[in-house]
Amino acid sequence: MQYSEKVMDHFMNPRNTGIMESPDGYGKVGSPSCGDVMEIFLKIEDDIIKDVKFRTFGCASAIATSSISTEMILNKNVNEALELTNKAVAEALDGLPPAKMHCSVLAEEAIKSAIEDYISKK
Amino acid sequence: MRVYLDNNATTKVDEKVLEKMIPYFSEVYGNASSMHGFGQESNKAMEESRQKIAEILGVGANELVFTASGTESDNMAIRGVAKAYKRRGNHIITSNIEHPAVKNTCKDLEKEGYEVTYLAVDENGLINIEELKAAIKKETILITVMYANNEIGTVQPIEEIAKIANEKKIVFHTDAVQAAGKLKLTPKETGIDLLTISGHKFYGPKGIGLLYIKQGTRLGKVLTGGGQEKRRRPGTSDVPAIVGMAVALEAANNHLEEEFKREADLRDYFEDELQKKIPEIVVNAKGAPRLPGTSSITFKYLEGESILLSLNFKGIAVSSGSACSSDDLQASHVLLGIGIPVEFAHGTIRFSIGKYNTKEEIDYVLAEVPPIIEKLRMISPLWGEFTNNK
Repeated sequence: MQYSEKVMDHFMNPRNTGIMESPDGYGKVGSPSCGDVMEIFLKIEDDIIKDVKFRTFGCASAIATSSISTEMILNKNVNEALELTNKAVAEALDGLPPAKMHCSVLAEEAIKSAIEDYISKK
Repeated sequence: MRVYLDNNATTKVDEKVLEKMIPYFSEVYGNASSMHGFGQESNKAMEESRQKIAEILGVGANELVFTASGTESDNMAIRGVAKAYKRRGNHIITSNIEHPAVKNTCKDLEKEGYEVTYLAVDENGLINIEELKAAIKKETILITVMYANNEIGTVQPIEEIAKIANEKKIVFHTDAVQAAGKLKLTPKETGIDLLTISGHKFYGPKGIGLLYIKQGTRLGKVLTGGGQEKRRRPGTSDVPAIVGMAVALEAANNHLEEEFKREADLRDYFEDELQKKIPEIVVNAKGAPRLPGTSSITFKYLEGESILLSLNFKGIAVSSGSACSSDDLQASHVLLGIGIPVEFAHGTIRFSIGKYNTKEEIDYVLAEVPPIIEKLRMISPLWGEFTNNK
């Protein structure tokens, strides 16, 4: 598997790992049988994402895409964060092998799921 | 430190093997089929190698055919029997944990109208002899069951299978790619009709295989071309590789029992220590006879590729049964076949010890694995849920 340096960096040193006790938004996507589960926890004030945490069960791509997407939405407005695409995530990592692009889709879905959870609770 | 623990994938060529191969590239280089002196020199080396292997296996030299790989030997055997015995029947029996070279060849034959029974295995990877007997019918022309499994190390009850095949006069093929050089193979005594061997699994070169064809076994042609190997397998003979394979098999055979014990002791030590250091892991196929160096470990609540890459970062080479680390993005059919739930199949790593691995190396790996597992479990939601529910 040819991974970029950025992917390896985010895999070996993932940012924003962990959980939140009472998140304002929570999303969980994927399935153990697929080998990919992502959890996103959001702390939001006035529609701004103040803090984000993630946990991932998955391969290096899954962990790296989770990690970088948390960096990409931190301090953003939720509506802006909703526009995050898997393409943007993959580009931010200097690209993913074609077989691993689906991992970036999961990151996009996890974030959207967490934000939608926040919006539905408002 | 760099530690190579992927010997079931391939092995390092032994220096003595390489040394013996070198003259056959630029000193003795004639085509082994040529009538002239250059060719006959090559031919002599090839036939001496064939004889050497024949003596080790206890078979006739004329019963051995050189191929380019274990995969080719499997194709030659299975497709060959399917073709040659077509009028007798169209049913093949195999196991559901075979190497893709056997499994996908059977799947392909199904498209041509052959019927294939894939025998289930138990949680240790062993086939059930009664189920095998029950599966046999008058249309059965071939039983093909691997000698020892590449992912979990399970050694099948080959003598029992051969006995049944012989009684029913069904051709019995075994893919012995992982067994050769590690276990004593005696195809004649055991009653095996076709046996596949691959050179690069026992410190020989890649690109060379062998098929033992018991005298009297008919095989249809898979490859067509020249008349090499007594018209059984076309293609110019790869003399250096043949010489290498023979030297490698001889070297392995000379130290079989002691190396078996050494590797098994090292593997058992590795598994015992790992279980002491890391919770929630499973040693697979422990209840079956296994290859001495193979250790399949399931690390629950984690995914294999992430473990594999983390170990690689520390210079340690292993392989994984996860979907993400395979070419076809499917979790290993072998692990699923022994009943491992798919989410745990994803978290399974194969450590395969070979003759060059030392206790020092194993101790290094034992020190590096636990922190990797801990770090990945810290960020795994499945591990989080498991610890919450304890």
